[in-house]
Amino acid sequence: MTRYSRRTLLKAGAAFAGASTLGFPAIVRAQAVRIKIGHLVPLTGFLGAIGSYAQLGVKMAAEEINASGGIMGKQIDLMSEDSVNPATAATKAQRMIEQDGAVLLFGEISSASSLTIMQVAERNKKVFFSTGARSDALRGKDCNRYSFHCDIPNTVMVNAVGTALKQKGMVKGKKFVTLTADYIFGHDLLKAAKAFFSANDATLIGDELIATDVTDFSPYLLKVRQAKPDVVCCNLAGNQVTNLVKQYAEFGFPYPLVGFNLNTGDAWAMGEGNLSGTWPTVWYHTLDNPASKAFVEAFSKKYGKPPENHAWIEYITLKMIAQAITETKSTESDALIGYFEKQTQFDIMKARKAYFRSWDHQLVQEAYPFTVKSKGEMKDKWDMLVLGEAVPAAGAELESIYPTKTQNPCNMKA
Amino acid sequence: MQFGFLLEQVVNGLVLGGYYLLIALGLSLIFSVGGIVNLAHGAFYALGAYISVEITKYLGFGSAVVLSPIAVALLGILFERFILRRFYDADPILSLLVTFALAMVTEQTIRIIWGAPPISAAIPQSFRGSVFLGDFLFSRYRLLILAVVAMVLLGVWLLLHKTSFGRVVRAGIQRPDMVAALGIRLQPYMTAIVMLGVGMAALGGAFFAPITIVHPAMGAEIITVAFVVVVIGGLGSFWGVVISALLVGVVRGITIHFAPAAGEASIYVLMFLVLMLRPRGLLGERIEKFE
Repeated sequence: MTRYSRRTLLKAGAAFAGASTLGFPAIVRAQAVRIKIGHLVPLTGFLGAIGSYAQLGVKMAAEEINASGGIMGKQIDLMSEDSVNPATAATKAQRMIEQDGAVLLFGEISSASSLTIMQVAERNKKVFFSTGARSDALRGKDCNRYSFHCDIPNTVMVNAVGTALKQKGMVKGKKFVTLTADYIFGHDLLKAAKAFFSANDATLIGDELIATDVTDFSPYLLKVRQAKPDVVCCNLAGNQVTNLVKQYAEFGFPYPLVGFNLNTGDAWAMGEGNLSGTWPTVWYHTLDNPASKAFVEAFSKKYGKPPENHAWIEYITLKMIAQAITETKSTESDALIGYFEKQTQFDIMKARKAYFRSWDHQLVQEAYPFTVKSKGEMKDKWDMLVLGEAVPAAGAELESIYPTKTQNPCNMKA
Repeated sequence: MQFGFLLEQVVNGLVLGGYYLLIALGLSLIFSVGGIVNLAHGAFYALGAYISVEITKYLGFGSAVVLSPIAVALLGILFERFILRRFYDADPILSLLVTFALAMVTEQTIRIIWGAPPISAAIPQSFRGSVFLGDFLFSRYRLLILAVVAMVLLGVWLLLHKTSFGRVVRAGIQRPDMVAALGIRLQPYMTAIVMLGVGMAALGGAFFAPITIVHPAMGAEIITVAFVVVVIGGLGSFWGVVISALLVGVVRGITIHFAPAAGEASIYVLMFLVLMLRPRGLLGERIEKFE
């Protein structure tokens, strides 16, 4: 047999192995050409699993809008691509605006990528709706006039779960260990968590920053045990949460595991009997109101599974965008910004209507803490969660759980 | 006290290394015998995980970890017969390209069959929780994995060193022309080695499905680590891969213990250091004879 230099082989092999982890873009393009809208969402990497739900949601919204005659008689041309990572996300966003003629952008789950797209949007004076990024900083010190934020920020997630934990007596005087995702989102969440702990007489006795590509958590779990906390708190994101929860169940520690961030897609991927504790969510497909039920039914019929919270948020965001363009009869950034800054109310399939706060462009809406059903109570494998009472409680101001101007100052340049 | 925890990390790292070993050893074997760097190896790992989750639904976990590697090993026959066989004597770049393409095709196929969102899998109730030995803690399930890895390792070693099959394979690695001159066809042996290699990768997938996320890109994730292990150990060296896998697991555990932020980088630093000192990997000098 002919043999080639081992070095050549190794080099080529390593290059291929490297390339294979980058992934390739999945491209979904509609046929019609009129109003071009750019959509970016991670389909690869640790957020790829929930990103795939996001893409299903936006596809369905675009199809519905186009089937009912489009926006002002014009069909939506949806360009939906894999944002991959912050650098690629920015490059693609730039290309969508410059070459493809997108009138506005929306999407994204990673706070790091969302930040780079926000910068592209501002530079090009185009509107960007950040649908799934949760870092407080994006709507605080990093905010800009062209960017809007649809998902609940970290502070709200901490408040939603924190309130539920306080009611169970799991905060005051307790020792916490946190496991935190090592990027802007995690750092931000840890900051919110620390503020909550110190405001409520809890102590943080250990915190671990964990790279987003970690899949084996056993060395960290051994450190958790060493710290002997009262409660373990998960501030991770995407696949990280799924892996941690599975391995936490594997080791069977006695300390309860709770978390300040979870997406239902990650919960569904965990497998039977692994998840417990209290977590936050922004929406769940069992919410009991007519609009939500109709959406869930249509989505399940189309895709054979219920929508995840990212499917929901992309769906309502595109619908809000369509409504704004229809009512302002314009795709100009200034007209759209003006429309949303009027704090126009939107039905987002929740008990209370939502609106974008004028000073930081945050979509102010209800959130929910949830706990996990035991296996016997589950109707099907999607029916995992028991939603708690919406926060803030009925009657309280919606904004009461959101960061205030002093907590998270946003200065938009005019 | 600190020492105790450190020892715990070392043992935990050994277990993790054992898991890397399942995947890396097959990669190394296929390279030694066929001269092919199989970039589709991770795809077989992913298939092993997916198929085991399916089988678990109907026949339980015990059957799944046995049947899934067998099913994938059978796929390995087709893989060798219709793809690899054409590339033993060709430019290695071609086999890299074709196995890389196969990895992507498999990933897409998994996406089509099972969907892009991850599928769920759980450890059987009887293997959950920890075992204590004094103050030491071990995951019950990982101890099971360690036992299986040890058995597989022993089996592969016996197969290669104590059977006539192994003698032909080893001779084929070193002097394929001589083996041919003796009238022995290497082809069936190659098929068997590929079956064994991809079967081991699938076994790794089946055992790790319950504790990691099962998603279409899981193969691409594992192949990078498997590569690092094989390169550190020295391509084609049985014990090199064994030592390297265990070393990688232990180094990662200890790094995370002292400097968590460097945990993932540690194995690449290790690779760098080893290659600086021994460009052919830890036990790689014997490879001279293979070339």
